[in-house]
Amino acid sequence: MAKPLIRFTDVSFQYGRIHPGETSAALHNINLEVYEHEFVAVLGHNGSGKSTLAKHVNALLIPTSGQVMVSDLDTSDQDKVWEIRQQVGMVFQNPDNQLVATTVEEDVAFGPENLGIPSLEIQKRVTEALQAVDMLDYRLHSPHQLSGGQKQRVAIAGMISMRPKCIVLDEPTAMLDPEGRREVMSTIHRLNKEEGITVLHITHHMDEVIAADRVIVMDQGRIALQGTPREVFSNVDLLRELHLDVPQVTDLAQRLRLKGYPIQEGTLTVSEMVMQLCPSD
Amino acid sequence: MSMFKNVTIGQYIPGNSVIHRLDPRTKILATTLLIVVLFMVKSAIGYALVALGIAGVIWASEIPWRYVIRGLRPLLVILILTVSLHLFMTEGRVILQIWFLKVTWEGLVRGLMMGSRLILLIVGTSLLTLTTSPIQLTDGIESLLTPGKKIGIPAHELAMMMTIALRFIPTLLEETEKIMKAQMARGADFQSGGIMQRAKSLVPLLVPLFVNAFRRADDLAIAMEARGYRGGEGRTKFRELKLQPMDGVAITIVVSFAVVVGVFF
Repeated sequence: MAKPLIRFTDVSFQYGRIHPGETSAALHNINLEVYEHEFVAVLGHNGSGKSTLAKHVNALLIPTSGQVMVSDLDTSDQDKVWEIRQQVGMVFQNPDNQLVATTVEEDVAFGPENLGIPSLEIQKRVTEALQAVDMLDYRLHSPHQLSGGQKQRVAIAGMISMRPKCIVLDEPTAMLDPEGRREVMSTIHRLNKEEGITVLHITHHMDEVIAADRVIVMDQGRIALQGTPREVFSNVDLLRELHLDVPQVTDLAQRLRLKGYPIQEGTLTVSEMVMQLCPSD
Repeated sequence: MSMFKNVTIGQYIPGNSVIHRLDPRTKILATTLLIVVLFMVKSAIGYALVALGIAGVIWASEIPWRYVIRGLRPLLVILILTVSLHLFMTEGRVILQIWFLKVTWEGLVRGLMMGSRLILLIVGTSLLTLTTSPIQLTDGIESLLTPGKKIGIPAHELAMMMTIALRFIPTLLEETEKIMKAQMARGADFQSGGIMQRAKSLVPLLVPLFVNAFRRADDLAIAMEARGYRGGEGRTKFRELKLQPMDGVAITIVVSFAVVVGVFF
């Protein structure tokens, strides 16, 4: 297998002071590797430490003990922070609070401007990034004229224009309506497939996890479960214990199995279910 | 029904006229010169010349006159107050007496002068904001202030603050409206009562607004850091300001006009 892009070695983290409203979720001995071009989903209920984990990847937080390496750069090395942040883009939950500039194109240009890239090159990158998230028509709009899903796509474009190897999305769909969620999810998947960008997607929506290459379930600052979506969703009881739902179809599969129907554990999609119920077709 | 829907930031009217296409720095400098000249001019002919010059710029900017006139409306009270104070309070030859109010010839002249000075000042400066987008204006101010960095003027920081303010004003207005509606749904009354009563009723509006604004600030700071922001050092610009030959021509015209009018009239 290729060499890992992100490697957590025995990472523990303790919040020094806890802000009001912020959960005290710390991390305990996290070992984790994320490979290039991979789509990794991180699941967990509120306060499980999933956001804390995300903030470690681009050195917004530095481990109390242990080490986080991002393509051979140590995040605790002060001199490498900006190099790391160029390689790991981060999209946050609230679409309103991460756009800086008064127009879409100026906002997408913000990252490259910080990197000191020549103006002509920035203009090229802005066009490309907006094309990649299908927002080129809105380049002169101001952020408050856009819907939540569109704002998140602009935020994603703002990352892509920095040409990162990896984007970390910290519950990017939590504040969006279903339409906005669909837009954002299909954009992320397309970037992962077509541009080969590594994705670390943090969420508590089960259905956003199904298409991931790998799922990591966090609980109380530890990795509770890890594997392909099918493997993870085979543990319906454990997931329930961790206060997580399972996708509707998986839930149905389990109920049917309990009634004695021969349905596989970890059935994820409707078509899989159909195949098992009506195998003749 | 949104009460803040029609709020526009600044009063920029998009266009493609000669004036619109000028570099923002040229326009800022020209406006500054206009202010200086207006305080130097002493004769009626001088005011007439400046008025003519501004009229020329309005014509070239293709901005409808009503927009320019509209800019005067909020300052109407101050304008009337200034003119009448000069009209009635100046000592000199009495030309008209209404009860105890005496209008003097000197007062009339000075009132008219001050009035036209104010009008020209307002019209001239609003021409800058009418033809220059907030972004360009910010870029222009940043670029003009950059030499001042050596004496401690935080040029980039000021521009960044302006940008963020412009970005968040609509967002905060939207939020104000949302909170107002939420409070009104629970029986809050923002409309009736005396001044004290109304001021008090704003507390449940302002507290959540401020709390949220601080949270936004926190989030935004983290997002900016995540996007590699570390102050103005080593930063490049998406759109670089470049002086065109047109700017040279404009500056030459404005400067010579200012010298002639300022010194001789």
